[in-house]
Amino acid sequence: MPQTILANAESPSRLQLQSALQLLELGGHVMPPDALCGSPEWLQSVIDGLCNLSSRDALTGLANRRPFELALAREVDRVARVGEPALVLMADIDHFKRINDTHGHPAGDQVLKSVAQTLIDCVRPMDTVARFGGEEFAVILPNCPAAFGQTVAERIRRKVETRPIAVAPGVQVSVTISLGGAYAPQWVRSSAALWVERADRQLYLAKAGGRNRACLESTAVAQVSAEEKGLLFSTSQFQGFLE
Amino acid sequence: MTSPSPSPSAPSTKRARITAVTSGKGGVGKTFMSANLAAALAQRGERVLVLDADLGLANLDVVLNLFPKITLHDVFTGKATLDDAVLAAPGGFWVVLAGSGMVEYSRLTTEVRDQLLAAIETLAPRFDRIILDTGAGISDVVLFAVSLAEEVVVVTTPEPTSLTDAYATIKVLAAQQQRRHIRLVVNQVTRTGDGRVIRGQLQQVVDRFVTPQFVDPTTPLSLELLGDVPTDPAVREAVQRRQLLVEILPGSAAARAVGAIADKLRA
Repeated sequence: MPQTILANAESPSRLQLQSALQLLELGGHVMPPDALCGSPEWLQSVIDGLCNLSSRDALTGLANRRPFELALAREVDRVARVGEPALVLMADIDHFKRINDTHGHPAGDQVLKSVAQTLIDCVRPMDTVARFGGEEFAVILPNCPAAFGQTVAERIRRKVETRPIAVAPGVQVSVTISLGGAYAPQWVRSSAALWVERADRQLYLAKAGGRNRACLESTAVAQVSAEEKGLLFSTSQFQGFLE
Repeated sequence: MTSPSPSPSAPSTKRARITAVTSGKGGVGKTFMSANLAAALAQRGERVLVLDADLGLANLDVVLNLFPKITLHDVFTGKATLDDAVLAAPGGFWVVLAGSGMVEYSRLTTEVRDQLLAAIETLAPRFDRIILDTGAGISDVVLFAVSLAEEVVVVTTPEPTSLTDAYATIKVLAAQQQRRHIRLVVNQVTRTGDGRVIRGQLQQVVDRFVTPQFVDPTTPLSLELLGDVPTDPAVREAVQRRQLLVEILPGSAAARAVGAIADKLRA
């Protein structure tokens, strides 16, 4: 390695660079040949590699929280400006703890990887699939018309349910997933945090409703149900207006 | 006709309060209310601009008996400046009219959105209040116009279909714009006090069906009654003569009710 970069053999910065290079190698990042070490091209490759590493989830290879939050903020902005419908889905593996308890943590890791791959398989390349944390995943679907949201969520649910996962030689498990979804309010300034909270609330409803299901926030809020009308016209003033 | 320009001493941060006047259903007197409220506010010393945000189906010009040479349409197409489009209205306030030919704007494109936003930003420092007279219902143009306002006034009548549509509008505004305070005007009541009953009914349904759906149900949606306006032959007369009720028949029950609403809006 050239003297300019690694002059002081035992300095903390040298140690950091060395471990960074090790991390890059472990992550499968291909560096330019050693002859270029220290050159702008070599440094750019280190930066690119580290950026990539810091935006991916180590286990599943999905985007982690950092690029997810970035993509979410960008999408909120775009929806407010252009008015295209955009959906965020929150997904959580049902009874994940049981897998870990029954088959051990390596099995749990296999399940997480498999579900991550299923999510990738079920959406378009333009969509952002992220590991949100633990056994929870998030998907941002830009330009997703209201009619398609339920279809996509249902496709994911079914694919996860029907795909067997090999967790050890000769041992297969299957898992289910619960999903919650919400659309970004079109043409309106809103916050990314609120958007995720709304999807999370639907995820909670899917869990509470018995798991292995997808709940999407209704986009038909403008409809007034018979119950609402009943209460609205419940004073004597309106007697006779209701059938 | 010139529009007010900021006096040199006025602080540059001064900005109009933006009030959207909307309704669930058409024909409930929304534009009548916008115009007369603007006149009543002008009588109380406010510099008021009414912007015809009912782009597809504007009729502020009809209510005010104005035949505008220059409208928002001309501004949007680059044929006139915004300053040219600010017209003095009979009631001592100013208007920007949408004019006919705006039908092509009844769908919200990025261009319309940016143009409308730019117009409001330009006008805001010059007035105390901008009233956005929006269309009825929950089309994207209406929702966008309302989203630009700090406060929203929903006009309804006691008639059940109007009330149902007002409730639907309130629901959408709460869900999509996180509105937690919406003001009500109940037009064409037969008895004073009917407005209170109707606000109570709407609030009851909101408490049961709307607030529990919020991400944070501990901040409920509250509806505030600005006032009710009685059915009054004076209104018909003013509308037919295409003049402002608060100007030509200021002593009528309806005109006094509009005045009380203006006072409450200023409080």
